[in-house]
Amino acid sequence: MDGLDARVPVISPRRPFRDWVSTFGALSWSGFRRYATYRQATIAGSFTNTVFGFLRCYVLLAVAAGAAGGRPGGYGAEQLASFVWVGQGLLTVVSLWGWTELADRIRSGDVAADLLRPVPPIVGYLAPDLGRAGHAMIFRFLPPLAVGALFFDLYAPSRWFTVPLFALSIVLAVVASLGLRFLVNATAYWLHDARGPIALWTLSAGVLAGLYFPLRFLPDWLAVLLWVATPFPGLLQTPLDVLVERDPAPVQLGLVALQAVWATALITAAVFVQRRAERRLVAQGG
Amino acid sequence: MSVIAMRGLRKDFTVRVGRGRLRREKRTVTAVDGIDLGIERGEMVGYIGPNGAGKSTTLKMLTGVLTPSAGEVSVCGLSPVPQRTRLALTIGVVFGQRSQLWWDLPLRDSFALLRHVYRVPAGAHAARLRRCRALLELDEFLDTPVRQLSLGQRMRGELTAALLHGPSVLFLDEPTIGLDVVSKQAVRSFLAELGGSGDVTMVLTTHDLADIERLCRRLVVIDHGRVVHDGTIEALHARYGSRRRLVVDLDAPLAPDFAVPGAELVALDAGGHRASFDLLSSVAGAVVAELTSLAAVRDLALVEPDIEDVVARLYRS
Repeated sequence: MDGLDARVPVISPRRPFRDWVSTFGALSWSGFRRYATYRQATIAGSFTNTVFGFLRCYVLLAVAAGAAGGRPGGYGAEQLASFVWVGQGLLTVVSLWGWTELADRIRSGDVAADLLRPVPPIVGYLAPDLGRAGHAMIFRFLPPLAVGALFFDLYAPSRWFTVPLFALSIVLAVVASLGLRFLVNATAYWLHDARGPIALWTLSAGVLAGLYFPLRFLPDWLAVLLWVATPFPGLLQTPLDVLVERDPAPVQLGLVALQAVWATALITAAVFVQRRAERRLVAQGG
Repeated sequence: MSVIAMRGLRKDFTVRVGRGRLRREKRTVTAVDGIDLGIERGEMVGYIGPNGAGKSTTLKMLTGVLTPSAGEVSVCGLSPVPQRTRLALTIGVVFGQRSQLWWDLPLRDSFALLRHVYRVPAGAHAARLRRCRALLELDEFLDTPVRQLSLGQRMRGELTAALLHGPSVLFLDEPTIGLDVVSKQAVRSFLAELGGSGDVTMVLTTHDLADIERLCRRLVVIDHGRVVHDGTIEALHARYGSRRRLVVDLDAPLAPDFAVPGAELVALDAGGHRASFDLLSSVAGAVVAELTSLAAVRDLALVEPDIEDVVARLYRS
């Protein structure tokens, strides 16, 4: 059985960074590929997001028409329309709902296979999730946005750095979201069944991330409190505010910086929780 | 130095048992109770025991998935839990009841991804994959998503996935569970060929003792977390008094009190025309000669002791 049993050293240790990038890239591509296999689900999802986009858009435009000065929460009508349609697209990119993969793997014991790979489990989830987000950017973000642009006047950013900053903000939102989802799912290590925490997450993410209504509709003190004390606005509200230039440039930059702080904190927490979990892990069954 | 060494290996689990409505009591369950074992390079070891004996728990400690409560363990000179990531590069693991493949991806993509995960040079990866494709006949379902594979196909995929990085130790936890006869044979002959080279050390847990008979020279039986037998299958038979059986068909019926030196008459069937003897020693020649001189033997058969019977007795004792 030559070729099967000979111990082969890993790729030259002189190129650790390149190896690492290629592993990360391959894992990300796998995330993209995995979601690309579910074409009908992608079409159905885009369609649903578009339908709800119309509903939300009309509601918010009605609010704007009825508000004093026509600028509820400081947004103009075009800004609100963009907020809705871009939000409908981003919703899937940041995967606000419905990710139970880790919890399912913990419950079934398949999580043992994650530990048997020479890649830290967090990386093993983060890299494919970025690939998933990439797939969602193309197939879930663009279609509703295109439909929205056909039927409504959307806001065109005026500052040159807004679009790149928006892109960075999306990446940070995806990372923070993965961190949060990982933490919520990881409760299954202790509870064996994470359905409770996941239900709570689904409920709070929708409200506190700014999906149901822009958080700027809230009193200032409450909005600031949410931004600083919770990671939720960074998942959806921040990228949208960045894109529609809701705030002056320094605040725009500051919001993204705050997102970066939260993303780092959440991933650090996920790493810590994973380590704790591994120490007491009981891989189920078998 | 042993490739795998365990000294005083132990694993306790704490379970909470409800007592009444509110009170809960902690109880400690010992899954592995002080195992000492050394496995040398190239050995193929069958690791068997009844359900709950501690087989999988041991395997999880050897692969770094589970932290031992006490004792020492080393695999390829590494300490499994603290050095799990490094260890993962030198071992291959197949859990019959779990999958390490990506559910949504075709096998081909899973294999390509594993090359990057394990950072295997492209040439070595391609060579191993070619070998596995030929031996395990993977080609017909290489482009099928894993979720659509039959159990036998998936298992062949799992074996390939575990070998693509060229591990020097292979852990197999019930690799033939749930497989049909043909798939079982395919998996067994593949493992036999792999083990034949003497470079890969294999530890195999199974409930199917035919796997062991076909593959393993050495058999370790554990029960209640302790090693109750460590040696060859023959040694197990010798220790538990398994005897070979001689079945003879006769022209004339045999008397129930018929006796022949070196054997014991255990059954008379077909109206005395078929007699079964347990051989008291391992050599049948003398008994056969004696028998043919005493009675008109038409046909005879020598039946090897059944390993299932021995193990069943061992589990019950």
